[in-house]
Amino acid sequence: MTTDLPTAAGRGTVRRLAGALHRRPRLRLALLLTAPLLWLAVLYLGSLAVLFVSAFWTTDSFTSQVVKVWSTDNFHALFTTPVFRQVVLRSVGVALAVTALCAVIAFPVAFYTARVARPKWRPLLVVAILTPLWASYLVKVYAWRLILSEGGLADWMLAPFGLSGPGYGLPATVLTLTYLWLPYMILPIHTALEQLPASLLDASADLGARPGRTFRSVVLPMVLPSVAAGSVFTFSLSLGDYITVQIVGGKTQLIGNLVYSNIELNLPMAAALGTVPVVVIVLYLLAIRRTGALNSL
Amino acid sequence: MHLSRTARTALRIGAGLGFAVIYVPLLLVLVNSLNPDRTASWPPPGLTVRWWSVAAHNSGARDALWVSVKAGLGATAVALVLGTLIAFAVARHRFFGRDTVSFIVVLPIALPGIVTGIALNSAFSTVLEPLGVGLGLFTVIVGHATFCIVVVFNNVVARLRRTAGSYEEAAMDLGATSFRAFVDITFPLVRSALLAGGLLAFALSFDEIVTTFTAGPGIETLPIWIFGNMTRPQQAPVVNVVAAVLVLLSVIPIYLAQRLSADTATSSRV
Repeated sequence: MTTDLPTAAGRGTVRRLAGALHRRPRLRLALLLTAPLLWLAVLYLGSLAVLFVSAFWTTDSFTSQVVKVWSTDNFHALFTTPVFRQVVLRSVGVALAVTALCAVIAFPVAFYTARVARPKWRPLLVVAILTPLWASYLVKVYAWRLILSEGGLADWMLAPFGLSGPGYGLPATVLTLTYLWLPYMILPIHTALEQLPASLLDASADLGARPGRTFRSVVLPMVLPSVAAGSVFTFSLSLGDYITVQIVGGKTQLIGNLVYSNIELNLPMAAALGTVPVVVIVLYLLAIRRTGALNSL
Repeated sequence: MHLSRTARTALRIGAGLGFAVIYVPLLLVLVNSLNPDRTASWPPPGLTVRWWSVAAHNSGARDALWVSVKAGLGATAVALVLGTLIAFAVARHRFFGRDTVSFIVVLPIALPGIVTGIALNSAFSTVLEPLGVGLGLFTVIVGHATFCIVVVFNNVVARLRRTAGSYEEAAMDLGATSFRAFVDITFPLVRSALLAGGLLAFALSFDEIVTTFTAGPGIETLPIWIFGNMTRPQQAPVVNVVAAVLVLLSVIPIYLAQRLSADTATSSRV
């Protein structure tokens, strides 16, 4: 262990340097933070700032060149054009529907893995919930493209009932997004249910509550913050998505692919449209923070 | 809660259906890679491994895989360095704006990927293009690294919070310089957190499609390749095989993550 610093002089220099750094915590901190802050604050936040400033610029309709003249035309268009309003409302609706579906599907799964399954199986079940998160996002969306394709698995399964699958479109988008973000909802609910003290449930039963009443009055209030925590993921990931809707959405327009389709021709408009999901997500986070759910993330 | 027998059975069935919904699509991708037909109609008319050998010789997919590996390694390296630096600053120092720093780290994955993507894309094209540097692998790595920093940071900062600084102080009291204390004490303590963070960062970068307009026209990562070829009937069999390979590959990080968490459990006992 003493061979890696060969000369006495070298060792002295290292020791002096180490001592100098040790006596100057501010210098240490500056050395630690300079590179990361240059990257994040200058490169990342700088780009974001430029993007949002460019939302106030316009585009020459002939050349598609950005004209750097200050105007609020883009935001004016955003609020007054019916198509944009529809798309924003539809996107928020999709995000809410995905969140609700995830919560409804996640609850029985989490209840089973946390309280019904035998304790020795529970860690394995958690791994089974986590596993799909490692599978590629694109592959999972592709799987649903296969399932919902004409004559695909969905059609085949529904054929005996005289029905056919939903095909590509808005329902397909909601289904696929629900599938993608489901584990983010199951996990927090599982954790909350696992930590629920059995004595509370016993007490509720001792006081004469039937299981249904115990569920409504004891279990649900204690699990709701976790549902809210999970909904942060399901809601914001759905709202920002523009790939899934392109693959299984048919002609459906959501805010994400509206931004995407404007990038080439009208970057300022794309930037203005891009502020919408950011603002909605920030508002959602602020609303969730009031419930205290963010602390249980 | 003493559930009735019917309630238990209902929950079992519900959970079973839930797990079926989670796994059937992944299994379908595996089976479909053996589908001799170019359409995805179910059930497949037969099974063949022909497309696997076709896919193995597909240069587009192979090049894209190679680009993805390079981008992933580059982004992971940058994220490991920057994420660890921030984690040490936040966990071992008190300073004005510390909460802001942890907030900025999370921002790239909290905001919609498309916003991050176009912000970086337009910044690159305004700053780099006048300098004669086009979009390419370099800008892909910069974009990926930006949101990979947070996973390294989260892992390392959690580990540093659990291990008190007193071990390093003890080493220095015994005469070690702060460098020696870092090499012999601190680094072994955070090593498995670095591995876990690096693994996550690589997986995140390897899978990234949303911010990928930071790639120039000539550069194709595997997700971009899949996305571009997904809707071409001619390429469908090859896409099927690539998708199946990715499903099979996802077993590796799960296995490693399990090993790492076992390692974490032993090393945190010190």
